[in-house]
Amino acid sequence: MTQIQWIRWIAKPVLFVLCLAPLAWLVWDGVTNNLGANPVETVRRYTGDWTLRFLLIALTVTPLRRLTGWHVVIRLRRMLGLFAFLYACLHFVSYIWLDQFFMWDAIIEDILDRPYITVGVASFLLLIPLAVTSTNGMVRRLGGRRWQRLHQLVYVIAVLGVIHFLWLVKSDISEPVIYGAILALLLGFRLFWHLRGRSRQPAGASG
Amino acid sequence: MLLIKQAPDIKNSEITDKKFFDRRRQFLQTAATAVATTMVAPGLLVPDTTHAGEKLQNVGKSSYQLDEKLTTYADITSYNNFYEFGTDKRSPAKLAHKMKTRPWTITVEGEIAKPGNYDIDDFIKPHTLEERVYRLRCVEAWSMIIPWVGFPLADVIKRFEPNSRAKYVQFVTLYNPEQMPGQVKGLFGGGLDWPYVEGLRMNEALHPLTIFAVGLYGEVLPNQNGAPIRLVVPWKYGFKSIKSIVKMRFVEEQPPTTWNKAAPREYGFYSNVNPKVDHPRWSQSHERRIGEDNLFSPKRPTPMFNGYADQVASLYAGMDLEKNY
Repeated sequence: MTQIQWIRWIAKPVLFVLCLAPLAWLVWDGVTNNLGANPVETVRRYTGDWTLRFLLIALTVTPLRRLTGWHVVIRLRRMLGLFAFLYACLHFVSYIWLDQFFMWDAIIEDILDRPYITVGVASFLLLIPLAVTSTNGMVRRLGGRRWQRLHQLVYVIAVLGVIHFLWLVKSDISEPVIYGAILALLLGFRLFWHLRGRSRQPAGASG
Repeated sequence: MLLIKQAPDIKNSEITDKKFFDRRRQFLQTAATAVATTMVAPGLLVPDTTHAGEKLQNVGKSSYQLDEKLTTYADITSYNNFYEFGTDKRSPAKLAHKMKTRPWTITVEGEIAKPGNYDIDDFIKPHTLEERVYRLRCVEAWSMIIPWVGFPLADVIKRFEPNSRAKYVQFVTLYNPEQMPGQVKGLFGGGLDWPYVEGLRMNEALHPLTIFAVGLYGEVLPNQNGAPIRLVVPWKYGFKSIKSIVKMRFVEEQPPTTWNKAAPREYGFYSNVNPKVDHPRWSQSHERRIGEDNLFSPKRPTPMFNGYADQVASLYAGMDLEKNY
């Protein structure tokens, strides 16, 4: 079995099932009436937590590949990103439907007046073009360079996601600070490599 | 998403049946007594009436009842904001057993004729316990219907004979990081300033709706709900109803309050339930009723002063409630 076959027939299906596990767990808790005293709050928090986690996991792929030289992991990145989008969709739907029950005036007021919601909705909307352009056909159509530029938006999305969390907690900020520290580390690698790459190039070279 | 539906044939009341609690408690008591009597000389056995869940004696019914369905005992005792035991609403139920509610002393001081330190049982003894079914509205936009057992704060205040300089009453919660793990300084700070302090204007404190609660569902208050004694002010957001009180101070100036110190723009001194004045980070116009609303039911509108406007609106006549939030 070649490495490519191994990725396609084993790694990807296993990862797919693993990525679905948090959702399966939530559905199970729902079916068995185990979502606690405030089920809507539980679903909203849970899907939000997993959106942030999947964003961070997806952002780990590139540093992992550069640090370990294990290049095949790049083939798993799209799936991780799309799962971040899936959990973001569930989180968004849980807010619009379960939390606000389609009270559109209240939703619009929230988005306009409440910075943590503004930031959360913005980061969700920014995820949509990335999900839409995640196919091979789209990569070809956009061209690798432009596609990559577009997908660097995920840095902004993750930063907005952490700010969204930070601004919504009432007093104990330790959880969002932990997410922020991990994100800073992941983006720090990229910044470091970017700056080092630049300093190695002769001035004025295009590149 | 449709899969996450509560099974329609399982009612909350069936899961959290009070009888189950009672039976289990009875079993534990019988077992404990059996163990105790075999191990300790019988003469040393002192009846202990101070543990959570013990039946309270001589509780009178009051006229303060509601037509709404009571929130289950399980929900009231497992979904708590009591940051002294962590910020997760499930953690007070897990950690509050660390708090020792006997012996317990309440200090009463300030602008009164009879300051002093009082043992909790002596403090409660002169009062007649009654059941009061009240709405509880949390500032986080959820609500419960709770059968408290307690007595009017006004009766307590009269005992200590406040003088004319007593314009406000301040309350202080126990400070004891060993028993209250949430009071241990966090890694990143950003927590609350301990001990927790709250306060009421004198006419709010004297209002007949304002009570000290020592029980729930006819039994001794569980620790996670603020044992051994807590304030209940039903027309204000829940955080005003300070728990596990060790001190009452009668003062002339408006006293500082914990959440106001932490975020003055978000939590005012009055904090009356008001659907028209939003918290900066969420709307207060609607609320979710714990235990009754399922995953797919819309929120219900929040009434002015949490439904107690007839009784309390006059306390705030002429005040701008947008400014005095």
